[in-house]
Amino acid sequence: MKRHLLSAGDLDLDDTLLILDTAAELAAVADRPVKKLPTLRGRTVVNLFFEDSTRTRISFEAAAKRLSADVINFSAKGSSVSKGESLKDTALTLEAMGADAVVIRHSASGAPHRLATSGWIRGSVVNAGDGTHEHPTQALLDAFTMRRHLAGGVGDLAGLDVVIVGDVLHSRVARSNVLLLRTLGAKVTLVAPPTLLPVGVELWPCSVSYDLDSTLPTADVVMMLRVQRERMSAAYFPSAREYSRRYGLDSNRMKLLQPHTIVMHPGPMNRGMEIAADVADSPRSVIVEQVTNGVSVRMAVLYLLLGGSELSDGSAAGTANEGRGL
Amino acid sequence: MSANQEMRPVLDAADVGRALTRISHEIVERTRGGDVVLLGIPTRGVPIANRIGERIADVVGHQIPVGSLDITMYRDDLRLRPARALERTELPPGGVDDAVVVLVDDVLFSGRTIRAALDALGDIGRPRSVQLAVLVDRGHRQLPIRADYVGKNLPTSLRESVRVQLVEIDGVDGVLLGGLDEEGAAE
Repeated sequence: MKRHLLSAGDLDLDDTLLILDTAAELAAVADRPVKKLPTLRGRTVVNLFFEDSTRTRISFEAAAKRLSADVINFSAKGSSVSKGESLKDTALTLEAMGADAVVIRHSASGAPHRLATSGWIRGSVVNAGDGTHEHPTQALLDAFTMRRHLAGGVGDLAGLDVVIVGDVLHSRVARSNVLLLRTLGAKVTLVAPPTLLPVGVELWPCSVSYDLDSTLPTADVVMMLRVQRERMSAAYFPSAREYSRRYGLDSNRMKLLQPHTIVMHPGPMNRGMEIAADVADSPRSVIVEQVTNGVSVRMAVLYLLLGGSELSDGSAAGTANEGRGL
Repeated sequence: MSANQEMRPVLDAADVGRALTRISHEIVERTRGGDVVLLGIPTRGVPIANRIGERIADVVGHQIPVGSLDITMYRDDLRLRPARALERTELPPGGVDDAVVVLVDDVLFSGRTIRAALDALGDIGRPRSVQLAVLVDRGHRQLPIRADYVGKNLPTSLRESVRVQLVEIDGVDGVLLGGLDEEGAAE
């Protein structure tokens, strides 16, 4: 394992399988009378959230607490960030408090990378979503969920046909999923209106389609993305109704799916927009299970980053000191 | 691998088989066959627990619950090495509450593994009592822990290493004793 988890692209197949296998063992903790392991006793995990989040923050908090770590929750609202404190000064404060890991969500793509490489802090950095860039633990929990339902819970996802539908342009989930699913051997198809595909998507290791109906009959997994209105400054499609007609998953489209196909959504959902309510609540939907699996996967990530000896990558500690000297 | 070549056998396959048979009979005798649950500690404790389970079943005439208990998350030396992959924990369907749990491991050395196993056990249920069966007791305890059933007491020096081999994992049964293995192959 590396010292930080910044991008799903940093994980090779061995790392990914180690995380998924560890998560599978840790999932059993949720069924025990004592839902806690003593492994990270005395370690401090800071949840540094510059952007709103429900499930990711709660999920990381639950994961850290189940491993007995001390958790400090930081949200930008109500902190000195609203007085204009910079990421650097916030980071130095956390370092002074002895954070062993920082879980960061930030609206700026690359903020976790800056935090990990600038030398401001010595602890591990976990990217919990940065701008429109990446959200690696979401990709891991998605892969974990797919593996559980469609690959017997072991090994990779070779040959799986995954269709990711919707606002790819603004989606860090899509990017992380494409990278991780490629590593695991799955075949990914992105489906979106041309305006909601990023520049250079033809270089991504996946195929692209503008027509949802033609991709559904062969899909093993259909992942609907949220239409991210808060990131949209221009008109990307004529109307919500038209988007929903062409790219929304409703019960008629659901009839095109194979019997075993599962429907996923990273949440939060716009019911009636990208996904119809009766689809979200159908037996095919694994959306609630994704949340459960999120805790197991994040436990695995925290354990593998913090559970052992300080990782031999001594240069990181060295740069931490150099950084402070500058 | 040089340490491996210097290792000499102290128990052969027949000795291992006899030791496990004797342990099985002792477990039946002491527990009178009531509510026994065997929990093997990965990796080599698990096949040993399975074999003892089969032998007990032959004596008492019915299957007894056998499982495995991974103790990785409870180790006291986690921070001394990079994070390890986890092993399987598989509890029998009936759980361990009010049962006589017999922990099974290959080598008893410092006692720290068993300390971790007792902590792990405490988080998954409340057994009526806990006992310990090991194939080899090599001494040098660092904690007040003893085994209830011992296949072979093997006096060793701290500089020696003990290696248990099992058909299920190593393709052959036996116990080897070697010198100067820094790692101490089993603990």
